Amino acid sequence: MSIKAENIEYVYSEGTPFRTIALDNINLKINEGEFLGIIGHTGSGKSTLIQLFNGLEKPTQGKIFINDELVGENKKNLKDIRKTVGLVFQYPEYQLFEETVYKDVAFGPLNLELSSQEIDERVKEALELVGFRYQDIKDKSPFDLSGGQKRRVAIAGVLAMRPKYLILDEPTAGLDPMGRNEILDQIKKLHKNSSMTVILVSHSMEDIARLVQRIIVLYKGKIHMHGTTKEIYSQAEELKRIGLGVPQVVEIMGELQKNGFEINKNILTVEEAKQEILKALRRN
Amino acid sequence: MFKNLTIGQHYPVDSPVHELDPRVKIIITFIFIISLFVINNFLTYVFVVLFLGVAIIKSKVPIKFVLKGLKPILIIIVITFFINLLMTPGEVILEIGPLDVTKEGIRQAGFMGIRLILLIMGTSLLTLTTSPILLTDGIESLLNPFKKIGLPAHELAMMMTIALRFIPTLMEETEKIMKAQKARGADFESGNLINRAKSLVPLLVPLFISAFRRADDLAMAMEARCYRGGEHRTRMRQLTIAKGDYIAVSFFVVYTIAIIVSRILW
Amino acid sequence: MANDIIKIENVSFKYSEDDNNLALKEVSLNIKEGEFVAILGHNGSGKSTLAKLVNSLLLPTEGKIYVKEMDTSDDEKLWEIRQSAGMVFQNPDNQLVATIVEEDVAFGPENQGVDPKEIRQRVDESLKAVGMYEYRKRPPHLLSGGQKQRIAIAGILALNSECIILDEPTAMLDPSGRKEVMDTIKLLNKQGKTILLITHYMDEAVEADRVVIMDNGQIKMQGTPKEVFRNVTEIKRYGLDVPQVTELSQALALEGINVSGDIIRIKELVNELCQLKLKI
Repeated sequence: MSIKAENIEYVYSEGTPFRTIALDNINLKINEGEFLGIIGHTGSGKSTLIQLFNGLEKPTQGKIFINDELVGENKKNLKDIRKTVGLVFQYPEYQLFEETVYKDVAFGPLNLELSSQEIDERVKEALELVGFRYQDIKDKSPFDLSGGQKRRVAIAGVLAMRPKYLILDEPTAGLDPMGRNEILDQIKKLHKNSSMTVILVSHSMEDIARLVQRIIVLYKGKIHMHGTTKEIYSQAEELKRIGLGVPQVVEIMGELQKNGFEINKNILTVEEAKQEILKALRRN
Repeated sequence: MFKNLTIGQHYPVDSPVHELDPRVKIIITFIFIISLFVINNFLTYVFVVLFLGVAIIKSKVPIKFVLKGLKPILIIIVITFFINLLMTPGEVILEIGPLDVTKEGIRQAGFMGIRLILLIMGTSLLTLTTSPILLTDGIESLLNPFKKIGLPAHELAMMMTIALRFIPTLMEETEKIMKAQKARGADFESGNLINRAKSLVPLLVPLFISAFRRADDLAMAMEARCYRGGEHRTRMRQLTIAKGDYIAVSFFVVYTIAIIVSRILW
Repeated sequence: MANDIIKIENVSFKYSEDDNNLALKEVSLNIKEGEFVAILGHNGSGKSTLAKLVNSLLLPTEGKIYVKEMDTSDDEKLWEIRQSAGMVFQNPDNQLVATIVEEDVAFGPENQGVDPKEIRQRVDESLKAVGMYEYRKRPPHLLSGGQKQRIAIAGILALNSECIILDEPTAMLDPSGRKEVMDTIKLLNKQGKTILLITHYMDEAVEADRVVIMDNGQIKMQGTPKEVFRNVTEIKRYGLDVPQVTELSQALALEGINVSGDIIRIKELVNELCQLKLKI
C-alpha cells in the first residue's frame, strides 16, 4: 500500500507566454504508515504536488498510483481516491460554511452517502481526534470559535472521511506559538494512535523537525534533496541557500563545527544539542 | 490557473494608439458607435472599415485579437441578421416555406450585421489599447463635470479600481475553496439544476465571508492611509493631451464630417 | 535625549459598552523617536488592539494616547496622526488598493492632496527604499507575499511617516518573505524611522532595541531583548517561545558550563564556547 508518483511533470498555462513548469521529473513513493515531510518555499511546486495526490489536479505527464490504482481513470475512481487521500489545505478554516460544527464536519461523510448512524459516529470520532469534547463543541457555530479551534474543526472535516493518507498543507500558518504547538501535537497523536499515513507540507523546518521521519525537499519543481530528517538537517547551509528556514540549533551546530568543534551535525532539538556540546567540551 | 488571467483583455504594446489620452479614445469610440447607426449606405461603411483598419494597423494589435471580441456575441449577430432578413416587410425576392426574404430585408440585415461587427471591433480596440486603470481614470475625468448634479464620479472610479484589484484575488480564492470542498467529496458538476445550485452553498458561504473580511480589512487599511473620499484628493498620474491626441482628433473630425456629408448627400 | 514620539498613558480599551472583558488594561508605554520597539504576545493578548489605538483607528475607553503631542481622540488631528504614524497590516492581499504597484504607493499622498510632481518623486524614492523600484509597473497580485508587504511599507514611506507601526507583517509569509520584510524594517530603522513591530516571532523581536511582552491586555515585561529573553520560563508561561539559542545557553549553564544566561544570538554562544574550549 503506497502513494507512487512516476515521472511527474506539471505545466501551468501551456501554450501561453506565461507557461511555467511547476513540477519536473518527480519520482517518489510514500509508504503506508509513514510520517513524511515535504518542504519547499512558496512556488517550489509543493502545493501542486499534493493536489495531484488526490486527483484535484492532473499531471501533464506521468502517473500517480494510490494503492496501485491509477489516479484519474474515471470519475468513480476519483471519488474513491478522495476518500483514501484526505487533503487539508492551507488556512482550512476559510472553507467552513455550516451553522454548526457538527454539520460542517458531517459534510464529507454526507457526500459519501453514508447512513446517518455512521455519519454520527464519524463526526464524533473526528472531533475527538483533534482534541475536542464532542458534546461541548458539536452545536456551536464554527464562526464563534478561535482561529486555532476553527482550524481543528476544519481538519476534523477531512478526518471524517476516514482517509488512509492525510496530507496537511502548512497547518500552522498564521498561528502563534501556542496554537502552533497545539496543532502539531494533535497531528503527532494522530499518526501515533490511528496508524494513519501523514504527509506534512511546510516551508518551515522548525515545525516538522520533531515530527517526521523522512523529508523531501522541493526546489524549483524538482526533488532537490531526499532523506531522513537528520540527513537533511545536516545540510543546513544548502537549505538556507534555497530559502528555507532551519531551526536555530541546527545553525548553532553548523557554526560550532566550522569553529573546530568535533560535533555531530545531525541535531534537531535543544536537548540533543546540549548533550552534544557537553560531550565535545568534555572530550578536550 | 486564474493568476494569468488578463482583465479587460488589454494588449500591452507601445503604439501611437496606446499612447492616446484615454479620454480622447473614449469620446472617439463613443462618437464612432453613434456614427455606425447614422450611416445608411454601404459605400460609407467601406469608408468606415478603412478608417477602423488604419486604426488597428496603427495600434499594432494583431487583427486576431480584435476579432476575438466577436466570438461571444457571434450568435447574437447571426440571430439579429436573420430576424432582420426575414421580418422586414417589402418586395419579396425569395420564398422559403412560410418565410419571405425581401429586398429591404437583405439591406436591413446587412446593415445590422455590419453595424454590430464594427461596434464590437471598435470597442475591442478601445479596451485592447487602454489599460483598465487608464480607462477608469478616463471615465472618472469625463464624469467629473457631472459631479455638480450629484454623480459620484470619484466613488464610481474607486469602486472600479478596487474591483479590478480584487477580481484576480477572489478568483484564486474561489478556485481554492472549490478544491477544498472537492477534497471533502463535494461534486459541483453532476446532478440536476437544483442539486447543482445546492452544491454551490459550500462554495458561496465561505466566499462571501472571505469577501466581507477582505472588505473590512481593506477599509481599515485605506483609512489608515488617510483616505477620506474624493475631496481634496490629487492624482499622481495626470492625464495630458499630447501631440498625438491632436492628430487623432483631427483625423476623427475629418471622419465625422465625411459621415455627415455622406448622410446629407445620399 | 530623544523625544517621545508616542505616549500611551493608562490606556484601557473594550470593544463594546457591555463587554466586561477589557482588551487592554491600564497600559502605559512611551516610544522614543528613532527607537525600534517590538511588542510580543500570543493571539488575543491585546497587542494588535494597541497598534490600532495608536493609529487612531480605535479610540481608548480610558486614558490618552499622544502621537507627536497630538491627542488621538482629537478629530481635527486625525489625518495628521495617521500620516505621522503609518500602519502596515498582517494580510498582504487586503491592504493594497490599486492594480499597479506604483499607483498603490501613490494612494496615501494622493489622499493627502500632495502635488502630483511631488507624489511621483515620493513614490520613486519609497519604492527604491524598499528595493521594489523595478516592480513599479507590475500588478500586485502577481507578487510574492514578502514583496507585497514591502509595497505596503513603501506606501507608508510615501506618506512621509516618522513612525511605522507594523501589525504582524510577517505572520502570513514564508521564511524568505519574512527575511525580506525584516531586512527592510531594520534598514528603515537605521535611517531614522521609529518602528513599532507587533509580532509573535521571537527571532524578530531579538532585532529590536526594546521588547515589550503583552499578555491578557497588560504589559508583563519590558526591556532590551537580553533582559527580557533570559526569563525563559516566564516567557513560556505567556504562550511564547524564546530563541533556541537562549534556551540552549541556559541549559548549558545549568550543567555547569560557564556561558552567560542572556545570550540571544548564535554568534555570542559560538564565541563563548570557543573561548571555553581554548581554556580547557
